[in-house]
Amino acid sequence: MVSKLIDKYYRTDRLPHIWCTGCGNGIVLRSIVKAIDNLGLNKDDICVVSGIGCSSRASGYLDFNTVHTTHGRALAFATGIKFSNPNLHVIVITGDGDCAAIGGNHLIHAARRNIDITTVVFNNNIYGMTGGQYSPATPTGDKGTTAPYGNIDYNFDLCELAKAAGATYVSRSTIYAANMIIKQVEEGIKNKGFSFIETLTICPTYYGRKNSKGNAVDMVTHLKDSAVNISAYEKLSEEEKANRIPIGELYKRNRPEYTEKYESMMKLF
Amino acid sequence: MADNNVVLMQGNEACVEGALIAGMKFYAGYPITPSTEIAEISASKLPKIGGKFIQMEDEIASISAVIGASLAGNKAMTATSGPGFSLKQEGIGYAIIAEVPCVIVNVQRGGPSTGLPTSPAQGDIMQARWGTHGEHSIIALCPSTVKEVLDVTIRAFNLSEKYRTPVIILMDEVVGHMREKVELPNPSKIEIYNRKKPTSSPDDYMPYKVKDGDIVPEMPSIGEGYRYHVTGLVHDEYGFPTNDSSIAEKLITRLVEKIESNLDDIVEYEEYRLADADEAIIAYGSTARSAKSAINLLREKGRKIGLFRPITIWPSPKQQIEILAKKVKRISVIEMNLGQYYLEIDRIAGKYTNVTKYGSVNGELISPDEIISFIEED
Ligand SMILES: Cc1ncc(C[n+]2csc(CCOP(=O)(O)OP(=O)(O)O)c2C)c(N)n1
Repeated sequence: MVSKLIDKYYRTDRLPHIWCTGCGNGIVLRSIVKAIDNLGLNKDDICVVSGIGCSSRASGYLDFNTVHTTHGRALAFATGIKFSNPNLHVIVITGDGDCAAIGGNHLIHAARRNIDITTVVFNNNIYGMTGGQYSPATPTGDKGTTAPYGNIDYNFDLCELAKAAGATYVSRSTIYAANMIIKQVEEGIKNKGFSFIETLTICPTYYGRKNSKGNAVDMVTHLKDSAVNISAYEKLSEEEKANRIPIGELYKRNRPEYTEKYESMMKLF
Repeated sequence: MADNNVVLMQGNEACVEGALIAGMKFYAGYPITPSTEIAEISASKLPKIGGKFIQMEDEIASISAVIGASLAGNKAMTATSGPGFSLKQEGIGYAIIAEVPCVIVNVQRGGPSTGLPTSPAQGDIMQARWGTHGEHSIIALCPSTVKEVLDVTIRAFNLSEKYRTPVIILMDEVVGHMREKVELPNPSKIEIYNRKKPTSSPDDYMPYKVKDGDIVPEMPSIGEGYRYHVTGLVHDEYGFPTNDSSIAEKLITRLVEKIESNLDDIVEYEEYRLADADEAIIAYGSTARSAKSAINLLREKGRKIGLFRPITIWPSPKQQIEILAKKVKRISVIEMNLGQYYLEIDRIAGKYTNVTKYGSVNGELISPDEIISFIEED
């Protein structure tokens, strides 16, 4: 079953991938592919755009139209692609640093325009590719190679950010709940508008080791224990919420999509 | 041609006019003086012809969207001035290595930084050449009249499609804002070059392999069934990243050579009163206009002086400058900076003749009088 997906959607001659032992990226990637398979989309109609980082290397392994761009700019490239050819299903693969630090401006503006792009963030709480520096998603107090005494920054809630900026579908899941990722990516692709899907993944090599989080299994177990479905999360006391992360479909709204609005403007002439 | 084809227009307007004739279907930009009219006119015209206009959140986003649009099959342009040009540099490098045709207009103003926003300058000559990091070649064109802005913009699109590379148009505030009479060309009589699409089946397609007799690889649009990989990393002929040193050497050399070994096609220039000249001025853009007036006045005083005006600034017209250098006793490079293009001219001509320079950075156009006194004094 897994290998069928690989044969159908992966560039098998590009494997093995560059990711470390225990890295969670493969689970997210497989979930994206599974969602595409479930939707029965034509491979030629899909364009996967990524930035720079470990996670952004994913585009090269996939047998779609793939564009591996510059650090942080995947959404801006994707905007040009989608706006040029609105028939394409454009999926952006990005890391927490790629999307929220260097690419933060593009994230909020793509969300604001509500352009029909499905963004999947591989949030490993760290800059993986460059060897473990703290990112905007590194929890306060945690360590990175550039935060040897603990991170004094506050970390972003990426989903709240995307929601406030105007995204019309916002969800979160973890690599422990891969079926949830699949469902969310399906919904994100189906949503005619900007969809923001945060997936909590793990980086045992840099984030895990620096912060004594144990091995990959320990880290996934921790994700499982701290993630709570949004409906249950809302019933928790403030105290109980403190160490919990809400997952599930967090937000949906209806709002006309950017390229459709442009098309109707063109009809004026 | 009927008179109604002659219109009074601004340089920035002529740029959009030329772009539309060349087939521009996508514009992404961020407003900045003195280039803003290019965005405004594109915003008004593109939706009427089925084209796309988008105002992005900054210049990095603009060049990125332009590259994306070009990959998706649209001829695409962005325009800016110095501060925005700096921001676009990483994207320009991406377009070079991934071989994505696009046009970047820089209507130069005084710098560095916010500098003199509403004054002309030619301070980005070297930034156009070397602004993006890494070894590369670049095509940059420099018009000096409004009509030439139109022609050069068409040419910029053609060259970018033919060589699959970003092409920079270096205007300056004077050329951008000046109004002149322009005879609009009959679009059906203009040669338009479109990127070559693959003829092979998707199964046999090698996205970064140059076929025998071609200059660049064939380029399908995203969505046409050729599911290939585009990356800013050094890549093999299949488009995939590699650290192989021989592939890296071959790729970067090919990207440089596709431009440097086609100078005959790419280089364009004007020679003005040079036939009998024993001394020459080299000037470009709006400065060349003052240089022409200065030359006419100097000729009246009996000096045998002429102008060599590169329209293609990069790659520089090496051969022509060398021939000129062997013929004249002095070349004076006049520009609105303190000697940027002078460096290039001196490099080429310095061993054959005396190369001198005159420049200013005060935000004023260099006047014919200034040029005359420089030539007479020195
Ligand atoms: C303009 C620019 N700045 C910095 C870098 C170096 N760099 C490459 S990847 C990266 C961070 C990636 O972190 P993230 O986006 O979280 O992805 P991950 O590697 O963790 O998947 C950085 C800083 C770069 N490639 N380009």
